[in-house]
Amino acid sequence: MGHKIDPELWSDEAQPHLMGGKLPNGKVVFPMPQGDAAKDVEPYKLARQGTLWSWTTQGFLPKEPYEGPGSAPGEGPPDFQSFLLGYIELPGEVIVESRIVDAVLEDLKLNMPMEFCIVPFNATHDTFAFRPITQSKEQAA
Amino acid sequence: MTENVYIVGAGIHPFGRTEERSGREQGVFAVRQALADAGLDWTDMECAYGGSAAAGNADIMVNELGLTSLPFTNVANGCATGGSALVAAQQAIASGMYDLALAVGFDKHPRGAFNAKPADYGLPEWYGKTGMMLTTQFFALKIQRYMQLYGISRETLGRVAEKAFRNGTVTPHAWRRSEIDLETIMNAPMINDPLTKYMFCAPAEGGVALILASEKKARELGALGNKGSVKIANIAVRTRPPDSFEVFQPGVSVKEGGKPTVLASRAAFEGAGIGPDDIDVAQLQDTESGAEIMHMAENGFCKDGEQEEWLANGWSESSGKLPINTDGGCLACGEPVGASGLRQVYENVEQLRGRAGERQVPGADGTGPKTGYSHVYGAPGLSAVAILER
Repeated sequence: MGHKIDPELWSDEAQPHLMGGKLPNGKVVFPMPQGDAAKDVEPYKLARQGTLWSWTTQGFLPKEPYEGPGSAPGEGPPDFQSFLLGYIELPGEVIVESRIVDAVLEDLKLNMPMEFCIVPFNATHDTFAFRPITQSKEQAA
Repeated sequence: MTENVYIVGAGIHPFGRTEERSGREQGVFAVRQALADAGLDWTDMECAYGGSAAAGNADIMVNELGLTSLPFTNVANGCATGGSALVAAQQAIASGMYDLALAVGFDKHPRGAFNAKPADYGLPEWYGKTGMMLTTQFFALKIQRYMQLYGISRETLGRVAEKAFRNGTVTPHAWRRSEIDLETIMNAPMINDPLTKYMFCAPAEGGVALILASEKKARELGALGNKGSVKIANIAVRTRPPDSFEVFQPGVSVKEGGKPTVLASRAAFEGAGIGPDDIDVAQLQDTESGAEIMHMAENGFCKDGEQEEWLANGWSESSGKLPINTDGGCLACGEPVGASGLRQVYENVEQLRGRAGERQVPGADGTGPKTGYSHVYGAPGLSAVAILER
């Protein structure tokens, strides 16, 4: 396991949760606000399962501040690995933007069930992602 | 007190790439053209508002235009820089304080997609590091969901781009001046699914200047009664309401919220006392093909899903019932952020004055359009709408 891309982004436990915030009015937000905006906001463990709200591909190397494959000194577009990303609706909580792993574009369908996971990001860091819940896993869960 | 406000002069520096001129020089070029168009000298201007996103301050333009001591306010409002400059100039005259005001926008961006810094938008660093803070992704994610919900096909996305490049061929200020066929657009490299390379506009360069006048001044210039002026019927700018879905949002509310475009559009129509059916020509923000499609509905010109029929039947072509993006829009002109919103207004001014040359649209009765609508959208979720009439 690498370092977390952000120490506060998800909880440190066997079944980690993405961390959001709960506002005094009960509304759940993501990410957890920082600085003065965090006043009266309670850290909130977001659901590990949700449904696919939208998705796309990232087909070109992003400019700075991107730190994934292709961005290191001496690297360039040939080292870039295209990836999937999208929004996952966590029912009753919030819709979060995330990488999507363990899927190809053609697999993705509106409202399909998705689950939270941690994945390697670059040589030193991990990040969070969501992946489709397969039939067997769904029954086990 | 609100006085009627007229646009009496319009100038543009061609969009695209002009190696030998800085962004500000392109702005100065546009100001000189607008002054000549209005029959005015720089010394006549009473106040000025303008800016760019990446090409420096506008007020330095006085070095080239002349040190007349006029108040010159820099505007830095992202994609709404041009729109905000126009609003400020309009208010300066509507208030009765001035009779002549300049609104100017220009820009010069490096090649490739815009790169935003998370801190500038109040966002955590991981959002940028992990490659999720790209404007192109937002537009793809928004149209992908919209296509699923309302049955918009990929071919319709392609038709929007095809129309843009076709309109660009007859537009002297456009960057892309050649047609690209539907098949090439559809089979081009995918940038962010479902949007291919030709469905996105590119950052570019250009400058636009508009000269605004009070009714009294427009009469003195002999520009009233369709002799060189158009009236600003209404302008509205709105930022995002609660629970909306905008560019650069790691989290979106599960409750469906309002949209800045819908709010700005309604306010502008209400202020002008007309509705979408009364518009003869429209320029809508087309950062990419999907944006034009969604903005057709958000601005009230059709219902969600009807765009499929509109594009298949050519209703938004220059010969159609509502010509949209008659100069090729951002897709054919590129997007110099500070100038882009003013380009849309420039295009409507030219169309309403019957000076749009080969791209002139006929209007409802064949005597040219009587009303023009322009809409700009940008980060972090704001829209500006201007309705012009003659």
